[in-house]
Amino acid sequence: MGIASIVFILLVGAASWLFARNIMRVRRNILLGKDEVINDRPGERWAVMTRVALGQSKMVVRPIAGFLHIIVYAGFVIINIEVLEIIIDGIFGTHRVLSFMGGFYDFLIGSFEWLALGVWVACAIFLVRRNVIKLKRFVQKELDGWPRSDANLILVTEIALMSAFLLMNAADWTLQQRGDEHYIAAGAFPVSSAVAGIFSFSAYSSGTLIAIERVCWWFHIIGILAFLNYLPYSKHLHILLAFPNTWYSKLKPKTEIGNMDRVTGEVKSMVDPSIAPPEMAAPRLVAGHEVTDRFGAKDVFDLSWKSLMDAYSCTECGRCTSECPANLTGKLLSPRKIMMDTRDRVEEVGKVIDAKGKWEDDGKSLHTRISDEELWACTTCNACTQACPVNIDPVNIIMEMRRYLVMEESKTRPALTSMFNNVENNGAPWAFGPDKRLDWTEG
Amino acid sequence: MDRTSVPTIADMTAQGVTPEVLFWVGCAGSFDDRAKKITKAFVRILNAAKVKFAILGQEETCTGDPARRAGNEFLFQMQALQNVTVLNGYGVKRIVTACPHCFNTLKNEYPALGGTYEVLHHTQFINALMKEGRIKVEGGSFKGKRITFHDPCYLGRGNNEYEAPREVLLKLDAALVELKRSKQNGLCCGAGGAQMFKEAEPGTREVNIERSEEALGVEPNVIAAGCPFCNTMLTDGVKHFNKEGEVRVKDIAELVAEAGEL
Repeated sequence: MGIASIVFILLVGAASWLFARNIMRVRRNILLGKDEVINDRPGERWAVMTRVALGQSKMVVRPIAGFLHIIVYAGFVIINIEVLEIIIDGIFGTHRVLSFMGGFYDFLIGSFEWLALGVWVACAIFLVRRNVIKLKRFVQKELDGWPRSDANLILVTEIALMSAFLLMNAADWTLQQRGDEHYIAAGAFPVSSAVAGIFSFSAYSSGTLIAIERVCWWFHIIGILAFLNYLPYSKHLHILLAFPNTWYSKLKPKTEIGNMDRVTGEVKSMVDPSIAPPEMAAPRLVAGHEVTDRFGAKDVFDLSWKSLMDAYSCTECGRCTSECPANLTGKLLSPRKIMMDTRDRVEEVGKVIDAKGKWEDDGKSLHTRISDEELWACTTCNACTQACPVNIDPVNIIMEMRRYLVMEESKTRPALTSMFNNVENNGAPWAFGPDKRLDWTEG
Repeated sequence: MDRTSVPTIADMTAQGVTPEVLFWVGCAGSFDDRAKKITKAFVRILNAAKVKFAILGQEETCTGDPARRAGNEFLFQMQALQNVTVLNGYGVKRIVTACPHCFNTLKNEYPALGGTYEVLHHTQFINALMKEGRIKVEGGSFKGKRITFHDPCYLGRGNNEYEAPREVLLKLDAALVELKRSKQNGLCCGAGGAQMFKEAEPGTREVNIERSEEALGVEPNVIAAGCPFCNTMLTDGVKHFNKEGEVRVKDIAELVAEAGEL
């Protein structure tokens, strides 16, 4: 076994170990949320996942972005079959080990090449949409700073990976034409043969071409391993989490808000004194810290783990915000920002746990990032949940945070306090008593 | 209209009669002057179709929808449990309401509190009456008129009902003109989530102005609504553009009652 093989094996091993560790960290962070059992209607869940994540059904609602995204998605899924060969070649020092498949191999390599070109072009168009055309949803202020760089970095990396793949094949193809001993004639190279022409590879010495081929081969595989480890720190994690996140979708009617069973117990005991009030739930131990059950959400511990998975699944495309009636009319609320803030807060909490071995109150909460003004701007119209290509539910977070404001802090809008008083005293949100309820029948 | 055309379930039960359906009037339908007209139009339809219906009358109280959406779960559940007790006490099985918010709460949120009913939105109910031939309405005054329908979020996106209101409008021989943002992509009127009862948060524009502008853009004779809150928001929006002389905002029930001269 050559030194290159050993270096390769160590690299793949280290990258896999790091990736597994990071995924476990994300999993731990998601599970900081409240327990919620979501496993009803499994058949429907598999169908939703297949349709929405695998089938990209909600992406194509916007045809241009949807079409380009499917190319990138298919490209990455299919080109990764190539990674299998790369890994075998890397370990055993072979070259194009799967070429024994003959005509089918030619077909595979040929389609990888077309897809690679497609991904390259699609990512270039995406960069133009973000940085030249500056579509509104890509320049809104919650993307200032790191989120915008994150998006561009992902696109540039994908272009670089595809370039390396095509240049590698171009050099390989040229060497195959020359009958080089190691570079056996295998595969079809519809795109890279043209690339070789553009860069006049035929004029290069075989040594130079081998160097190009090797450098691109290493760049491609190291790039993929690095990208894999970049995922857990990036919005790009959606490529993995889209699948579980759609499986755990809300299947209930969109405008149905979940019942707080603990409140039911308390209300029943208020109405009927013979019913004992429910016992306070014992504090939950989360990351070595006791979290007491409270009404609504003050911090990430009070949200369902599903809301935290939602936050990690968000790729900040902004379709939610671009459909939000509040945002469209200049209000502060942006459903995308709700998701980004939730994720940033979970990450912040996770870092404290990593540093101290357990959670210690840092005096901050979700409400430090999300203002009351944002929360009170929501009309619960569910345009955002409809628009989200991976079925994220920002309304649930908004509702839980409103519940905290009202039931734990008594913070609301003055007009809503009047509405509460009216409902409580008159049984109607306006100041009309029950004696007036039949007035409409007269005259 | 007088009290005799609107029986209460208490009176009916006392006479030993079980209503075919309970009409949940809702707070807007009971107290809001504009929405009361919708309530009356729907009652005229029910009576014309000889539907044996009843209302709860003074025993009806807010479903709790705005309280829950404004974060006050205690108040919501106090209302809900009280209503469930009354509804179950009368053995109610089937409810119709002209308010998508009441509809959503009764249909989706009461089962968790012990109240399970078949709940229909009035556009679904009217559509069924027409299909069964219990009311016959021919285009009449709306024949060929341009009517656009604004999907209420709590009926459309919330509960996947897009067709019933449209089917009714088509039976009026009207030219149904779709808004750019309609059905799943419908834009909210701005009233949901308890916004109806508060000032909008600071912004550059009111949501109802945005939506009314879009609706006026298709040059309709009538903007049809299926929700008392949407109706108020759109009526205000049309007034904002000084178009109240040319464009009417009407509930589906009002259009049917008017077309059928009920």
